[in-house]
Amino acid sequence: MKLSVAFLRSAIAAMAASAVVGIVSAQLPAKDPIPTNSVYQLDVLLENENGDSIELDLFYGNPVLVTMFYTSCPHVCPLLINTIKVMEAKLSAEERARLRVLAISVDPERDTPEALKKTMQLHAVDRDRWTMVRSKPADLRTIAGMFGVRYKKLPDGEFNHSSKIILLDGKGISIAETSKLGKSDPAFLAAIQTALE
Amino acid sequence: MNKAMAVILLHVLFSGSVFAAEVNQFIRIEGGDFRSVIPVDESNNLATVSDFYLQQSPVTNAEFLRFVLYRPEWQRERAPGIFADDQYLSAWAGPISLGQDALPDQPVTRVSWFAANAYCKSENGRLPTWYEWEFVAAANEKRSDARDSDAWQRQIISWYSTVGGGPLSSVRARPANYHNVYDAHGLVWEWVDDFTGLLVSGDNREQGGADQLQFCGAGAITMEEKENYAVLMRVAMLSSLEARFTTRNLGFRCARSMEPNQ
Repeated sequence: MKLSVAFLRSAIAAMAASAVVGIVSAQLPAKDPIPTNSVYQLDVLLENENGDSIELDLFYGNPVLVTMFYTSCPHVCPLLINTIKVMEAKLSAEERARLRVLAISVDPERDTPEALKKTMQLHAVDRDRWTMVRSKPADLRTIAGMFGVRYKKLPDGEFNHSSKIILLDGKGISIAETSKLGKSDPAFLAAIQTALE
Repeated sequence: MNKAMAVILLHVLFSGSVFAAEVNQFIRIEGGDFRSVIPVDESNNLATVSDFYLQQSPVTNAEFLRFVLYRPEWQRERAPGIFADDQYLSAWAGPISLGQDALPDQPVTRVSWFAANAYCKSENGRLPTWYEWEFVAAANEKRSDARDSDAWQRQIISWYSTVGGGPLSSVRARPANYHNVYDAHGLVWEWVDDFTGLLVSGDNREQGGADQLQFCGAGAITMEEKENYAVLMRVAMLSSLEARFTTRNLGFRCARSMEPNQ
């Protein structure tokens, strides 16, 4: 289901990019089937900091750190981003080059692409490897449910949410997570390094 | 070809039994303000529920069978593990057959939140929110809010103490409540859309607040109306779940907003 839709989308994109329509589909690299316990089973479109429509599995093939946050969050969210940066700093340049970071907003109504981009600039994250995204509001509980993230919107428009960082392997299987913020969690860092080998 | 024929035949057979039963209508619920067990913020627990539509009874096995026939990706052999644990629909005789342990008029159980959510979307609906469910479940047969009735509280709690034993009865075996809704209590637990937001604190935004609450349980809850024990038990149960979990006493029903869903 998921594969065929993704395949179709890539095929259409490839067809649009190519004048030689007849041979295009044969040239597309075939993806392995997605494991049943992979979060990439979820067929959902997200919007990134550039306003582009992307799929959840855009980093397929690379280990990914995933977190859920919102840009106007005063305390925990900057700490989440900093924690990821602290752990990245402990990796070698080669390791770091393979790692990707996906930060998903729990506040899609306010976290416009502009707000997401501003946050990325503010925290000076590597925009080649990081992306910040929002979902359609109707998809948010499903995405959060898949990552085991609990959240609640408060009457003043703020959010409380689980503050955790999840490590996905190249196929989108969750292999480790941490809720230790502000410093590097040694066991989690080791899991990242193993995944990057 | 034979398989396709079998599917069509099954569909006809079970559709027949569905039409024979009452249709699980969405009925209009007139909303209002009410005291929730879940605080709205640190200073008050007065929740406001807008008018909405709710299915009269929990979704049955027959209804869910129709769903998996036209959405085969939700059949138990096909639903990916990330969306449903390995007990998903395990009481059914087969992927598209009910059998003796899952009668057509019994509420469907052993469904994950993801499956329930997909079902409701296919009905152009959604799962009810916690506040919507709690609002409707506060009613007994005569009054919209019967939570101050000791007798009624005792009746519900006696059910909670027996839940887990014996086969489930059919839906609508007991009288409807004030809202004309059946089985709000006494049959199954029910998924709500925002079950992952239930025990997230209303006032602590510091690091670890939300996560600690996930595990500290009732001791950390700033919940109101502590005498409303029956409903608190439901909150505690729902809060302990992950969206892919299924249990033999956990079903669902769908809701619709007054405005069309997105």
